[in-house]
Amino acid sequence: MKIFIPTPLRSYTEGKDAVEVGASSITEALDTLTQTHPELRKHLFTGEGKLRAFVNLYLNDEDVRYLPEKEQTAVSAGDTLSIIPSIAGGAGNGSRA
Amino acid sequence: MSILFLTQAVFDSIRAHGEATYPNECCGALLGRATDEGWRVVDAVRAGNTRSDSAHNRYSIAPIELVQIERKARQLDLEIAGFYHSHPDHPAQWSKTDFSEAHWLSCTYVITSVEKGKATLTNGFLLTGPNEEEKRFEQQTIRIED
Repeated sequence: MKIFIPTPLRSYTEGKDAVEVGASSITEALDTLTQTHPELRKHLFTGEGKLRAFVNLYLNDEDVRYLPEKEQTAVSAGDTLSIIPSIAGGAGNGSRA
Repeated sequence: MSILFLTQAVFDSIRAHGEATYPNECCGALLGRATDEGWRVVDAVRAGNTRSDSAHNRYSIAPIELVQIERKARQLDLEIAGFYHSHPDHPAQWSKTDFSEAHWLSCTYVITSVEKGKATLTNGFLLTGPNEEEKRFEQQTIRIED
Protein backbone atom coordinates (compact mmCIF):
# COMPACT_ATOMS: atom_id res chain seq x y z
CA MET A 1 0.00 0.00 0.00
CA LYS A 2 0.98 3.60 -0.38
CA ILE A 3 1.48 5.84 2.67
CA PHE A 4 1.26 9.57 2.01
CA ILE A 5 3.71 11.59 4.07
CA PRO A 6 2.79 15.15 5.15
CA THR A 7 5.14 18.03 4.38
CA PRO A 8 6.75 18.23 7.89
CA LEU A 9 7.80 14.58 7.84
CA ARG A 10 9.25 14.39 4.34
CA SER A 11 12.70 15.29 5.61
CA TYR A 12 12.68 11.82 7.24
CA THR A 13 11.70 10.01 4.01
CA GLU A 14 14.43 11.48 1.79
CA GLY A 15 11.96 14.09 0.59
CA LYS A 16 9.48 11.53 -0.71
CA ASP A 17 5.79 12.42 -0.42
CA ALA A 18 4.74 8.77 -0.51
CA VAL A 19 6.26 5.51 0.64
CA GLU A 20 5.19 2.10 -0.65
CA VAL A 21 5.05 -0.67 1.97
CA GLY A 22 3.90 -4.26 1.97
CA ALA A 23 1.52 -4.81 4.90
CA SER A 24 -1.65 -6.64 5.86
CA SER A 25 -2.91 -4.11 8.44
CA ILE A 26 -2.53 -0.42 9.26
CA THR A 27 -0.40 -1.22 12.30
CA GLU A 28 1.89 -3.37 10.19
CA ALA A 29 2.13 -0.63 7.58
CA LEU A 30 3.17 1.92 10.21
CA ASP A 31 5.65 -0.53 11.73
CA THR A 32 7.22 -1.14 8.33
CA LEU A 33 7.32 2.58 7.61
CA THR A 34 9.05 3.42 10.87
CA GLN A 35 11.48 0.51 10.58
CA THR A 36 12.53 1.81 7.17
CA HIS A 37 12.58 5.42 8.38
CA PRO A 38 13.31 5.22 12.14
CA GLU A 39 13.40 8.99 12.65
CA LEU A 40 9.68 9.11 11.88
CA ARG A 41 8.73 7.13 14.96
CA LYS A 42 9.13 9.86 17.56
CA HIS A 43 7.17 12.27 15.42
CA LEU A 44 4.23 9.88 15.06
CA PHE A 45 4.18 8.09 18.41
CA THR A 46 4.51 9.05 22.07
CA GLY A 47 7.20 7.52 24.26
CA GLU A 48 4.57 4.96 25.32
CA GLY A 49 4.09 3.92 21.71
CA LYS A 50 0.67 5.52 21.24
CA LEU A 51 -0.13 7.54 18.15
CA ARG A 52 0.23 11.22 19.03
CA ALA A 53 -3.16 12.84 19.62
CA PHE A 54 -2.74 15.40 16.82
CA VAL A 55 -1.87 12.80 14.17
CA ASN A 56 -4.83 11.75 12.04
CA LEU A 57 -4.76 8.62 9.91
CA TYR A 58 -7.01 8.18 6.91
CA LEU A 59 -7.35 4.85 5.14
CA ASN A 60 -8.41 6.03 1.70
CA ASP A 61 -11.16 8.51 2.76
CA GLU A 62 -11.99 6.88 6.11
CA ASP A 63 -10.85 8.17 9.49
CA VAL A 64 -9.07 5.21 11.08
CA ARG A 65 -10.40 6.20 14.54
CA TYR A 66 -13.91 5.37 13.38
CA LEU A 67 -13.16 2.08 11.64
CA PRO A 68 -14.49 -0.88 13.67
CA GLU A 69 -11.04 -2.43 13.96
CA LYS A 70 -9.17 0.88 13.99
CA GLU A 71 -5.45 0.33 13.39
CA GLN A 72 -5.93 -3.42 13.16
CA THR A 73 -7.99 -2.92 10.00
CA ALA A 74 -6.82 -5.11 7.13
CA VAL A 75 -5.37 -3.35 4.11
CA SER A 76 -4.63 -4.37 0.55
CA ALA A 77 -2.07 -3.27 -2.01
CA GLY A 78 -4.37 -0.73 -3.65
CA ASP A 79 -5.19 1.12 -0.40
CA THR A 80 -3.68 4.45 0.60
CA LEU A 81 -2.94 5.67 4.10
CA SER A 82 -2.70 9.43 4.69
CA ILE A 83 -0.88 10.80 7.73
CA ILE A 84 -2.39 14.20 8.47
CA PRO A 85 -1.40 16.31 11.49
CA SER A 86 -4.34 18.37 12.72
CA ILE A 87 -4.83 22.04 11.89
CA ALA A 88 -6.55 24.31 14.39
CA GLY A 89 -6.02 27.44 16.44
CA GLY A 90 -7.51 30.89 16.62
CA ALA A 91 -7.20 34.18 18.41
CA GLY A 92 -8.66 32.68 21.56
CA ASN A 93 -9.19 34.84 24.61
CA GLY A 94 -5.63 35.96 25.18
CA SER A 95 -2.77 37.24 23.09
CA ARG A 96 0.47 35.56 22.15
CA ALA A 97 2.27 33.36 24.64
CA MET B 1 14.24 36.45 9.37
CA SER B 2 13.16 33.99 6.69
CA ILE B 3 11.12 35.09 3.70
CA LEU B 4 7.67 33.90 2.70
CA PHE B 5 6.90 34.49 -0.96
CA LEU B 6 3.25 34.96 -1.86
CA THR B 7 1.73 35.86 -5.19
CA GLN B 8 -0.43 38.97 -5.20
CA ALA B 9 -3.44 36.75 -5.98
CA VAL B 10 -2.78 34.57 -2.91
CA PHE B 11 -2.26 37.60 -0.67
CA ASP B 12 -5.50 39.19 -1.90
CA SER B 13 -7.40 35.91 -1.65
CA ILE B 14 -6.58 35.16 1.99
CA ARG B 15 -7.39 38.72 3.04
CA ALA B 16 -10.68 38.68 1.11
CA HIS B 17 -11.53 35.37 2.78
CA GLY B 18 -11.01 36.94 6.20
CA GLU B 19 -13.32 39.80 5.30
CA ALA B 20 -15.93 37.41 3.89
CA THR B 21 -16.17 35.32 7.05
CA TYR B 22 -15.98 38.28 9.49
CA PRO B 23 -16.84 38.33 12.40
CA ASN B 24 -15.77 34.68 12.26
CA GLU B 25 -12.32 33.31 11.56
CA CYS B 26 -11.52 32.01 8.10
CA CYS B 27 -9.01 29.26 7.38
CA GLY B 28 -7.36 27.53 4.49
CA ALA B 29 -4.23 25.92 3.11
CA LEU B 30 -1.33 27.41 1.20
CA LEU B 31 0.14 25.40 -1.67
CA GLY B 32 3.58 26.04 -3.04
CA ARG B 33 7.13 24.88 -3.52
CA ALA B 34 10.10 24.79 -1.17
CA THR B 35 13.07 26.77 -2.48
CA ASP B 36 16.46 27.63 -1.02
CA GLU B 37 15.04 31.04 -0.11
CA GLY B 38 11.91 29.68 1.57
CA TRP B 39 8.35 28.72 0.63
CA ARG B 40 6.98 30.14 -2.61
CA VAL B 41 3.20 29.98 -2.27
CA VAL B 42 1.23 29.99 -5.52
CA ASP B 43 -2.24 28.88 -4.46
CA ALA B 44 -4.56 29.37 -1.49
CA VAL B 45 -7.29 26.81 -0.91
CA ARG B 46 -10.23 27.91 1.20
CA ALA B 47 -11.39 25.48 3.86
CA GLY B 48 -14.41 25.35 6.12
CA ASN B 49 -14.09 26.27 9.78
CA THR B 50 -15.49 23.36 11.77
CA ARG B 51 -15.49 25.34 15.04
CA SER B 52 -19.09 26.53 14.67
CA ASP B 53 -19.32 26.60 18.49
CA SER B 54 -16.76 29.42 18.72
CA ALA B 55 -15.98 30.50 15.16
CA HIS B 56 -15.26 34.11 16.17
CA ASN B 57 -12.03 33.11 17.94
CA ARG B 58 -11.30 29.50 16.96
CA TYR B 59 -10.72 27.59 13.76
CA SER B 60 -10.22 24.00 12.80
CA ILE B 61 -10.01 22.29 9.42
CA ALA B 62 -11.61 18.87 9.10
CA PRO B 63 -8.88 16.26 8.51
CA ILE B 64 -10.79 14.80 5.55
CA GLU B 65 -10.65 18.23 3.93
CA LEU B 66 -6.88 18.23 4.50
CA VAL B 67 -6.64 14.82 2.84
CA GLN B 68 -8.48 16.25 -0.17
CA ILE B 69 -6.33 19.40 -0.23
CA GLU B 70 -3.18 17.28 -0.12
CA ARG B 71 -4.53 15.22 -3.00
CA LYS B 72 -5.11 18.39 -4.98
CA ALA B 73 -1.57 19.59 -4.18
CA ARG B 74 -0.10 16.34 -5.50
CA GLN B 75 -2.10 16.67 -8.72
CA LEU B 76 -0.69 20.19 -9.18
CA ASP B 77 2.84 19.03 -8.29
CA LEU B 78 2.77 21.34 -5.26
CA GLU B 79 3.17 20.83 -1.52
CA ILE B 80 1.17 22.06 1.44
CA ALA B 81 3.43 24.94 2.43
CA GLY B 82 1.31 26.01 5.35
CA PHE B 83 -2.03 27.41 6.42
CA TYR B 84 -3.76 30.71 6.93
CA HIS B 85 -6.47 32.03 9.18
CA SER B 86 -7.86 35.35 10.35
CA HIS B 87 -8.10 37.06 13.72
CA PRO B 88 -11.30 39.14 13.75
CA ASP B 89 -10.72 42.31 15.79
CA HIS B 90 -7.51 40.84 17.15
CA PRO B 91 -3.84 41.42 16.26
CA ALA B 92 -2.11 39.49 13.47
CA GLN B 93 0.06 37.71 16.02
CA TRP B 94 -0.01 34.08 16.98
CA SER B 95 -1.96 33.26 20.13
CA LYS B 96 -1.39 30.62 22.77
CA THR B 97 -4.08 28.58 21.02
CA ASP B 98 -2.35 28.98 17.66
CA PHE B 99 0.91 27.78 19.16
CA SER B 100 -0.42 24.81 21.08
CA GLU B 101 -2.43 23.61 18.05
CA ALA B 102 0.40 24.09 15.51
CA HIS B 103 1.94 20.79 14.46
CA TRP B 104 3.16 21.27 10.89
CA LEU B 105 6.86 21.84 11.53
CA SER B 106 8.70 23.60 8.69
CA CYS B 107 5.42 25.05 7.43
CA THR B 108 4.15 28.60 7.52
CA TYR B 109 1.17 29.92 9.46
CA VAL B 110 -0.22 33.15 8.03
CA ILE B 111 -2.49 35.31 10.17
CA THR B 112 -4.53 38.29 8.99
CA SER B 113 -6.08 40.75 11.39
CA VAL B 114 -9.57 41.80 10.31
CA GLU B 115 -10.78 44.92 12.08
CA LYS B 116 -14.44 45.84 11.81
CA GLY B 117 -14.69 43.72 8.68
CA LYS B 118 -11.62 45.13 6.94
CA ALA B 119 -8.37 43.18 6.55
CA THR B 120 -5.47 45.12 8.04
CA LEU B 121 -2.13 43.48 8.81
CA THR B 122 -1.05 40.06 7.47
CA ASN B 123 1.88 38.28 9.12
CA GLY B 124 3.62 34.99 8.44
CA PHE B 125 5.16 32.72 11.08
CA LEU B 126 7.33 29.71 10.33
CA LEU B 127 6.82 26.80 12.71
CA THR B 128 10.35 25.63 13.29
CA GLY B 129 12.32 23.36 15.62
CA PRO B 130 13.45 19.74 15.62
CA ASN B 131 10.31 18.27 17.12
CA GLU B 132 6.92 18.97 18.74
CA GLU B 133 8.44 19.52 22.18
CA GLU B 134 10.94 22.14 20.97
CA LYS B 135 8.83 23.91 18.35
CA ARG B 136 8.68 27.68 18.06
CA PHE B 137 7.23 30.32 15.76
CA GLU B 138 9.58 32.62 13.86
CA GLN B 139 8.13 35.69 12.20
CA GLN B 140 8.74 35.85 8.46
CA THR B 141 9.08 38.68 6.00
CA ILE B 142 6.25 38.45 3.49
CA ARG B 143 7.33 39.28 -0.03
CA ILE B 144 4.73 39.68 -2.75
CA GLU B 145 5.74 38.57 -6.21
CA ASP B 146 3.99 37.63 -9.42
